[in-house]
Amino acid sequence: MNAALGPLKLDKATIIAFGCIVLLLALGALYDPNFLSADYLLQQLLTASFLGVIATGMMLVILLGHIDLSIPWTIAMGGMMATASTGFFGDTVGTIAAVPFGIFAGVLVGLVNGIGVAYLRAPSMIFTLGMNAVAQGLMVFHTGGFSPQDAVTPFMRQLVVGHLVPGVANPVLIWLVLGIVTVFVLTRTSLGRQIYAIGNRERAVFLSGVNTRRVLVVCFVICGACAAFGGVLLSGWANRSFQAMGDPYLLPTIAAVVLGGTAVLGGRGSYLGTVAGVILITLLQSILSVVQPQYFLADLGLKTPPETIRQIVFGIVIVGMMLIYGRERLSR
Amino acid sequence: MTASTETAPASRRSWEGWGHRLGAQRGLLIAAAIFILMFAYYGYMQPVGLSSNVINTAANKGVLLALVAMAQTLPVLTGGIDLSVGTIFVLTNCLASNIVHGDPLMTALGIIGVLVAGSLCGAVNGLIVVYGRLQPIIVTIATSAVYFGLALWLRPQPGGSVNPEFADLMTRSTYWVPSSIILIVVVVLVVWLPFRRSVIGRAAYAVGSSEQAAYMSGVAIGRAKFTAYTLAGLLSSIAGLSLTALTYTGEARAALSADYTLNSIAAVVIGGTSLFGGSGSAIGSIFGAFVMRTVGDLLFVLDMNPVLQPLFVGIVLLFAVSLGSLRLLRIKNKLDLYR
Repeated sequence: MNAALGPLKLDKATIIAFGCIVLLLALGALYDPNFLSADYLLQQLLTASFLGVIATGMMLVILLGHIDLSIPWTIAMGGMMATASTGFFGDTVGTIAAVPFGIFAGVLVGLVNGIGVAYLRAPSMIFTLGMNAVAQGLMVFHTGGFSPQDAVTPFMRQLVVGHLVPGVANPVLIWLVLGIVTVFVLTRTSLGRQIYAIGNRERAVFLSGVNTRRVLVVCFVICGACAAFGGVLLSGWANRSFQAMGDPYLLPTIAAVVLGGTAVLGGRGSYLGTVAGVILITLLQSILSVVQPQYFLADLGLKTPPETIRQIVFGIVIVGMMLIYGRERLSR
Repeated sequence: MTASTETAPASRRSWEGWGHRLGAQRGLLIAAAIFILMFAYYGYMQPVGLSSNVINTAANKGVLLALVAMAQTLPVLTGGIDLSVGTIFVLTNCLASNIVHGDPLMTALGIIGVLVAGSLCGAVNGLIVVYGRLQPIIVTIATSAVYFGLALWLRPQPGGSVNPEFADLMTRSTYWVPSSIILIVVVVLVVWLPFRRSVIGRAAYAVGSSEQAAYMSGVAIGRAKFTAYTLAGLLSSIAGLSLTALTYTGEARAALSADYTLNSIAAVVIGGTSLFGGSGSAIGSIFGAFVMRTVGDLLFVLDMNPVLQPLFVGIVLLFAVSLGSLRLLRIKNKLDLYR
């Protein structure tokens, strides 16, 4: 629980995760000094901020002891609804409403998830999975029913490529603000205390007079909103929205949260750890695609597609790091 | 029941025994009933009726998911989950497209190789879960990345081949009985029932309902979990083998593995197995899988707008999950709602 008390108090997992980031960068720098250039690091921070925004909501849900598997199509829904906004509301209103409308779609998904998990007491894993299928169905219907508008509005583009503060890309700034708010909520408000407490034992929190079901719904709504906002940013980055744009984000999101030391059964974890996990995953993917270890293996006579090595290293790093700090106690 | 209370105690006891047994199998029976109703309607809507061809196609498609869902059931029974069943399925499909061909001896060795490979993947999951003491969901997310990498290595591009005689044997239908149905019956008889009746199988159920209590009663927790994950790998590899026989190729497609992993969880739930562990059966999951597949077939014969189909499947899934909430109506003490 110490990690919950102070945002700057480091726990073991966060320290190890940041240590691994430094190690990765050092190894990368041995290969190519450009890995330590400010340009490269800022670029990685920008890439990480998309995952960071999405992982913020996921972390809250995991802290509760639940999981949200609906984020792939919530991301796609956020992006696609934001770009379709002009089609729905006309040019003037649609352009202004694009971003809020995208996030609103995510809020709705989160609301249904929350009601299913909190009030119907359905296991979150399967309920959110069903919601993912429904969101996918809605998007397939949306694109199949009539020709969709998939171009982003200038504001969405600016949201991603612009620099409100010189030198810092907007998504990084957004992630920073979102992170500060999250840390504040988790450590300084009763909602934050309730989130940690529910993750430890919901029954006890209920008995102490907290409306635990409302807390669950709020967190699922935040998670849906974060995923949809991530989708809005991603479509701004790609300059368009498309189906399946969220698919590559489910596993990295869960991995980032868990690598950052958040207990997958809930109740423990710090936001700083999640930040470390997000940066670690992003760096790992980037360095593996730059270094291209398949050529070293090819010299040894082993022909491997680059994706193979990326996937295997990804899996081994997760298991390896969890073995260091994610083990459970022995049954007693 | 009212009649039995009047009669001799012995017959009353046997009645209660039956009632209890049926109660324990309620999920399975409901899934089976839904499947039979749906499939009968599907056959009725078919212009050609339930020809042996129609049955064979449906069986071949359904058995793949049924095997993966059986695989998913075992870890779920122990209170865990296996998110790598879909990737083991794809990995063994890629492996089979490489090694299951040639003369009968080579083919047989290839089949054994595929099954061993699948079991090894499952065993790795089990070892990390038991000795690493990590959460199964994280372990299997990580290992599924590794297995998918290996599948890509075996099959960077779709292709490969399989012994055509073996493929035909696996997918044909003899006297209206599809080979795939025989396969699943054999798997139930050779893998599931012996496991269910063994000490380890009971231990798996015990661990799933309360690990603490199981530990206190001296149940071999580690062995139960390890066996569950290993058998899950084996069953997934049988599915991978069947897929190769059906398509004659291997393909490392991420969407395919994700689809099977997710649908396997849905099939397990529809089949009456609790995601919290400790109750349910792999036979229920078979019917759950067939229900999932028949929904898609039904939408097809009902001429539903194709763009609406994914939405409808999702709604059916949500509805099936929400049905479980009916139990909330019976809860008298509000405290029982919470963990």
